[in-house]
Amino acid sequence: MLAARVIPCLDVFQGRVVKGTNFVNLRDAGDPVEVARRYEAEGADELVFLDITASHEERDIILDVVRRTAEQVFMPLTVGGGVRTVEDVRALLSAGCDKVSINSAACTDPDFVRRAADRFGSQCIVVNIDPKRIIKDGKEVWEVHINGGRKPTGLMAVEWAKEIERLGAGEIVLTCMDADGTRDGYDIEITSAVSEAVSIPVVASGGAGSPQHMVEAIRDGKADAALAASIFHFGQFTIAETKQAMREAGIAVRL
Amino acid sequence: MITIVDYQMGNLRSVQKAIEKVGGEAKISSDPAEIASAEKLVLPGVGAFGDAMAEIRRRDLASPIIDFVDSGRPFLGICLGLQLLFERGLEHGEHEGLGILAGDVVRFDLPSNFKVPHMGWNTVTKKAPTGDANPLTEGIENDSHFYFVHSYYVRPTDPSVVALTCDYGGPFCAAIRRGNVIATQFHPEKSQDNGLKLLASFNGMTMNAEASV
Repeated sequence: MLAARVIPCLDVFQGRVVKGTNFVNLRDAGDPVEVARRYEAEGADELVFLDITASHEERDIILDVVRRTAEQVFMPLTVGGGVRTVEDVRALLSAGCDKVSINSAACTDPDFVRRAADRFGSQCIVVNIDPKRIIKDGKEVWEVHINGGRKPTGLMAVEWAKEIERLGAGEIVLTCMDADGTRDGYDIEITSAVSEAVSIPVVASGGAGSPQHMVEAIRDGKADAALAASIFHFGQFTIAETKQAMREAGIAVRL
Repeated sequence: MITIVDYQMGNLRSVQKAIEKVGGEAKISSDPAEIASAEKLVLPGVGAFGDAMAEIRRRDLASPIIDFVDSGRPFLGICLGLQLLFERGLEHGEHEGLGILAGDVVRFDLPSNFKVPHMGWNTVTKKAPTGDANPLTEGIENDSHFYFVHSYYVRPTDPSVVALTCDYGGPFCAAIRRGNVIATQFHPEKSQDNGLKLLASFNGMTMNAEASV
């Protein structure tokens, strides 16, 4: 039985794991390799590094982090943040990450997704979709945003997800902006709508505050994996506790 | 020394690091002579079947790999490196594989609630042991989890080569074993302790004990 995945996400700034709120008041939370090893020992199914340095001059730093992590951690590693060119993808994959996550560049240059998938295979191309609930002409729509939720794209989440699949992406990370950072739970409605519209795996993201929320993302949101950052970083819940709760809810997990 | 075949398809470095982690030595090579004379060979790989075979042929690696397998030395294929052993791949058209094993590589054709790629940790089931110990029977328990990421799977003509199965909308071949040839659909280098155990066992394989086709 395929296990639902629990995926911790680490923000990496200039080669260090940071904790903070909306990119301000960043606090150093350690060496990415050490944190990755700890999560591996706790039973994480995969790991995501989000490079929030976002400046091209500092790309070499994240490549070094990936290299050092891949030497010591033997589980799938995804890296996102500032991935804009086929060359960025190639550099990350050859440094040792398994999947590369494309966010803004997918919206501004959809053909980039196709080029990357053609060159490296769908299995390593992940696309982030960040929808926000917006009222347009008196009607609610789920509009995809970029730049951390600041810039609307005119794209609608469900249609965009189908287009991403058609372009060759192998997985979608869906971060619902209204829920993100609230710790009140994932946006189940949008998650299940997207997950049921595509045949590639969907990772629920944004809003996790408890193991129960991860149960809901899988059971009700029909997601294939649940991603979380703060609930694990701040030590509120361990990955093992989370998986135990999922198992008790009848969800197949890897313990 | 384990030689890892470099044909520009996949995370060779992860495979190398995992082998080193279990105390083995591994080098990455795209040199036909080095591959032909390797002590143990790993054919890794992610990506598309047709592109991979084109790269292997362009680098004149098909004959060295086939000759290596025929010599009875220990061989490990991983993911695409399992699929390429077969006669025919049906990914984006029809492509001829290495033809070391009879059979096809086909896409999952499943109800819509099964996502493709099959991505994540799934459990394996051992087929009845074939007698002698090998990395797919030693140390792997039924229902242990391994990391999979693939949209295609192998359908061997000879069912007796299937060593492990996995269930995703029905059983499919998760690993094959024929004499010195071992190959897995999952990624041992990404499967934490279970995968490292398999690699340690492969690292310990010797030629004579396993060359029995």
